Amino acid sequence: MTFPIKITVNGKSHETEVDPRTLLVHFLREDCQLTGTHVGCDTSNCGACTVLLNGEAVKSCTVLTVQATNQEVQTVEGLAPPDGPYTPIQEGFRQEHGLQCGYCTPGMLMAGTALLNEIDNPSEEQIREHLEGNLCRCTGYEMIVRSIQWAAENPDGIPVEIGEGS
Amino acid sequence: MIPAKFDYKPASSAEEAIALLAEYGDEAKIIAGGHSLLPLMKLRLANPEVLIDIGGINDLSFIEDKGDHIAVGALTRHRLVEQSDLLKEHIPLLAHTAGHVGDPQVRNRGTIGGSLCHGDPASDLPAVVLATRASLLITGPNGERKVEADDFFTDFWETAVAEDELLTEIQFPKFTGQEWSFQKFNRRAQDWAIVGCALQHSDNPGIGMINMGTTPVRASAAEAALKSGEANSDVADLADDGLSPPSDIHGQEDYRRHLSRVLLGRALDNS
Repeated sequence: MTFPIKITVNGKSHETEVDPRTLLVHFLREDCQLTGTHVGCDTSNCGACTVLLNGEAVKSCTVLTVQATNQEVQTVEGLAPPDGPYTPIQEGFRQEHGLQCGYCTPGMLMAGTALLNEIDNPSEEQIREHLEGNLCRCTGYEMIVRSIQWAAENPDGIPVEIGEGS
Repeated sequence: MIPAKFDYKPASSAEEAIALLAEYGDEAKIIAGGHSLLPLMKLRLANPEVLIDIGGINDLSFIEDKGDHIAVGALTRHRLVEQSDLLKEHIPLLAHTAGHVGDPQVRNRGTIGGSLCHGDPASDLPAVVLATRASLLITGPNGERKVEADDFFTDFWETAVAEDELLTEIQFPKFTGQEWSFQKFNRRAQDWAIVGCALQHSDNPGIGMINMGTTPVRASAAEAALKSGEANSDVADLADDGLSPPSDIHGQEDYRRHLSRVLLGRALDNS
């Protein structure tokens, strides 16, 4: 049995029907083809699946798609427009080498985005507390924290055309 | 991991949720934020045939000053509890502890009522409900009834909320004392407490213990000692008196007994 849903993902409305047991992360990855959101632990520990639901960071492996109906979801694909520029958080991760293997990065970017939406200039302690629900198996936390600090210090980012490299 | 199949029934009011519970009986489970239930369903430890979603009932999310107590709606998310100025002023132990549940993402979704109805002895908020001597309003087909904190947690993952009932509100008496503390010992950020304790020190002190029994439990002997004015160290030595902490992968019973005395000692010294 399916259930009708209407969800806005990165500004685009999706009206469809899903099996009620479909987790939001699977809807995003498999139905919306937005594979930037990762499935990590699948037990609401690691935060790799973090997306914004109505602007708040949530773990999409622990939200049913039907629970998000009539609501707005933002994924990592919704940060920078296709023709750039990167958001300050994304640019911060580039400037400060905030990723190693990159698996946790989408979740880190979304958790960091939620933090900076709430607090313009967080302290290092606030950043670390806010990332409590995001694990980096490469243990690259120092550079992740610095990346978010860079974004806080550079709220206008650096305009870089995506795809040109630099 | 994907839950087993179920029928999904969103409810738009408490009355509708209760009507759905009456219709589907023990086949149904209530889902609010889903941060206790969905992990169990993904592990197939819970397999409800019908899921009644109360997440859209905005009337059940509130924090209101009612004179001698603060009323908190069952659907109020941890984050709102953590940030509430009203709760910071009148029940600071609750606001502080809500900020230590899980991690920020979990606190954005999880609800106070969901956490309490899960009845997990390892959860943080049940200890606060015990320490603050809160009352819980439960609504069912025959109307509303009030249950005191001591009567709410009945067994492992079991509460006084019957299969046809819904927890709607928690009433926290305003705290008039000055001293309170929340202590949680875990090995990693965001883990469940191996042991924890919530303390409110007033004329009628309350001490709720985390992971010290099959249900959330009160440290009654320590409370009595504190009330009669015994020294902090003597009170702390009674933290596990009469309690039966479990042994599991995180710690043996004697280790938990030791931890409970250390943590209550810290709570008393820090409060």
